Amino acid sequence: MSSETYHEPLDLLSEETRNMHRAIVSLKEELEAVDWYQQRAEACSDEELREVLVHNKNEEIEHAMMNLEWIRRHSKDFDANIKTYLNAKGPILAVEKQQSGGEGGGQGGASGGASAHSSSLGIGTLKGGK
Amino acid sequence: MDLLKRKKAPLTDEAWQQVDDEARRVLKLHLAGRKVVDFSGPHGWKLGGVNTGRLKPIGKDPAGGVSYALRQVQPLVELRAPFTMKIEELDDASRGADDLDLDPVIAVAERVARAEDTAIFHGFKNGQITGIIEATPHKPVAVTGILEWPKAVVAALEVLRAAGMNGPYALALGLQAYDELDADSEDGYPLRRRLEESLRDLSLVWAPALHGGAVLLSVRGGDYELTVGQDLSIGYAVHDRTDVELFLTESFTFRVLEEKAAILLSRPAIKAKGR
Repeated sequence: MSSETYHEPLDLLSEETRNMHRAIVSLKEELEAVDWYQQRAEACSDEELREVLVHNKNEEIEHAMMNLEWIRRHSKDFDANIKTYLNAKGPILAVEKQQSGGEGGGQGGASGGASAHSSSLGIGTLKGGK
Repeated sequence: MDLLKRKKAPLTDEAWQQVDDEARRVLKLHLAGRKVVDFSGPHGWKLGGVNTGRLKPIGKDPAGGVSYALRQVQPLVELRAPFTMKIEELDDASRGADDLDLDPVIAVAERVARAEDTAIFHGFKNGQITGIIEATPHKPVAVTGILEWPKAVVAALEVLRAAGMNGPYALALGLQAYDELDADSEDGYPLRRRLEESLRDLSLVWAPALHGGAVLLSVRGGDYELTVGQDLSIGYAVHDRTDVELFLTESFTFRVLEEKAAILLSRPAIKAKGR
């Protein structure tokens, strides 16, 4: 089995959920590696090794972001939240407040939701019965 | 404060909620283009145009040795449709009224949906938008009678397939076309159901802004793109003691990337039947 972290019987899980599981586990592994390299680089006493470790850490960040992009493309909920919070301006918690109706109408979801368009009706695409 | 200026409006949160909910409901019902074309956005108010990746040569430097070309961009159209509501009526939302007179919201949502869909299907010259029907190089398939619809759809599908346009497909139907397909066939079975059951990769879409029949198009993706800056939103314009003027707005443009991916099924309009 490619992963020992399934929590439900495999025959109850769709291929879509299995692929998402693979992507999420991979993302966790990449982020864990970033954390490890960061700590090792900081503790390392050899300057050249430190540079290699920092280089490796940055590669893992690149891998993590590629993984996250795959997840975003395959989950509309990840997509909506990424649009809301990534690159948002101002306090992060204020973005959530604004998104949940603080501006009197922002409905979140497919509306995107960064401050530039937080008050839209959230129609977005209707293709595929969305 | 953003361009919508909603915080300036004399509307309670409950009133905004009902106005937004009703607009959203009507828009989702009436918007047909968004059900069949790709969607890019929302990118926010600051997006002014879409990069087409094209160059337009504009000649050479008189001094010689240097040539010039302009990058071609397609500008976004910003539309705005005003509507007026009674403040007293809207205030009742905060008293628990759930039967507000929202007719102005319904009317404006229908109007804006028609505007967006007209641009998508028929084009909008002043907005520099070429519509799906304008762009297609295929000769329209004529639908000569109500019972001819299934045969015409199959013929149109053949044209798209022969042009290399694979499915799945959608059939966007104008009001008359939709009514006709909803009618019974000779054996009492609705034509619409017959089509849906015999052509599994075809979905039917009610498109009230489309006129002249119906459009069959591939919905595989990559052929048509609606780019939205600010997605459909309601903003505040002005108010007096009794009335408040709001507006429904959006910024968008539409591009045909593969003109061969659609074909018109033309059906002459039947004279009004008194409704």
